[in-house]
Amino acid sequence: MRVRSVFAAPSLALTLALSLAVAMPRALVAQQAPAAPRDTLVVTPEGLRADAPTKATDPALEARTSAVASGLRCPVCQGLSIQDSPSELAQQMRSLVRDQLAAGKTDEEVRAYFISKYGEWILLEPKASGFNLLVYALPVLLVVGGLGFIITLVRRWTVAPALSDASDASDASDASDASDASDGSDASDRDAADGDENSTT
Amino acid sequence: MNRTRAFLGMLIAIPLIWLFARGMGRDPRDLGPSPLAGREAPGFKLAVFAPGQETLARPAGDTVRLESLKGQVVVLNFWASWCLACRDEHEILSEVARLYVGKPVHFLGVLYNDDAASGNKWIAEMGGQSYPSVLDPGARTAIDYGLYGVPETFFLDANGRVAFKNTGPVTATVLHRVVDSLIAAAAAK
Repeated sequence: MRVRSVFAAPSLALTLALSLAVAMPRALVAQQAPAAPRDTLVVTPEGLRADAPTKATDPALEARTSAVASGLRCPVCQGLSIQDSPSELAQQMRSLVRDQLAAGKTDEEVRAYFISKYGEWILLEPKASGFNLLVYALPVLLVVGGLGFIITLVRRWTVAPALSDASDASDASDASDASDASDGSDASDRDAADGDENSTT
Repeated sequence: MNRTRAFLGMLIAIPLIWLFARGMGRDPRDLGPSPLAGREAPGFKLAVFAPGQETLARPAGDTVRLESLKGQVVVLNFWASWCLACRDEHEILSEVARLYVGKPVHFLGVLYNDDAASGNKWIAEMGGQSYPSVLDPGARTAIDYGLYGVPETFFLDANGRVAFKNTGPVTATVLHRVVDSLIAAAAAK
């Protein structure tokens, strides 16, 4: 009976909420998957050798290019950055990032260029503002809420049975016999003793 | 107490279910309007590799600048010889372009991640193309237009703004409807 009341509505709702929260950010991202026809996934031989160095490499420029390219989504892939994708378009986009950086644009200006062409969808990590904040805040809130919930449960399970019986009775009001009153007083006595013990240790 | 718990649980679950349902209800193929919609179309200067036919023809090697097409409606079709869906729209585009000869409309094909030889071979196999096609080295113009894949067709109004974008094979209905409305809008000014 006690177990059932503990696992009543809130725990069910929280389980549901947690599973939805896990699914939700993916759903938010997945719903924006590109409408690209399947045949754009064909990687041509040119695409496969796009990694071959074409220009004299400047390590600083390359590092900036990879940093910016790692944050930009490849339009013809599933969840890959243009840095990681071997597709031809991704490599061309990466070379455009490099050229723009070499031409003196800042990282932010290069990102802004791609956003102006593809929308914010092109960013692998949505900006933490407005509605997007949910994606960042919700998991934290749910972890904190879940921890609180677990702590509450563990506390309930570890206190003396008499106390939990009493609180159960008052919670669910499903026991109405006269022994309730004495149980309750017992519980408060134990509680006080517990408190004393805690204060001395 | 149980009621309060149930209420709190629902307070958390209902918005999440709503969000999830909303996400599930959306068409994953629908990316919404292009961020370019209503904005000035990115300029380009690209070389013709497939000349087109008859009155629409332009010599191979000729350079097409977008600025030189101002005052006309421009239908910009990105395609490739390796693209299967491009086969579905090829004849429609070619035919519709012929129907608009003499009107202020310019059809232009842009070859995407492909080479001129394959492009020309494909055009010959498909029975020719009425309007010219240009090369886009490095897909710079494609990226400038925020291309996801091919085929994609951009409709530019007479002021050089992106009016509409069609993802996937374009139909004759869409071509006529959009081009006619853009010609009418230009004439009304």
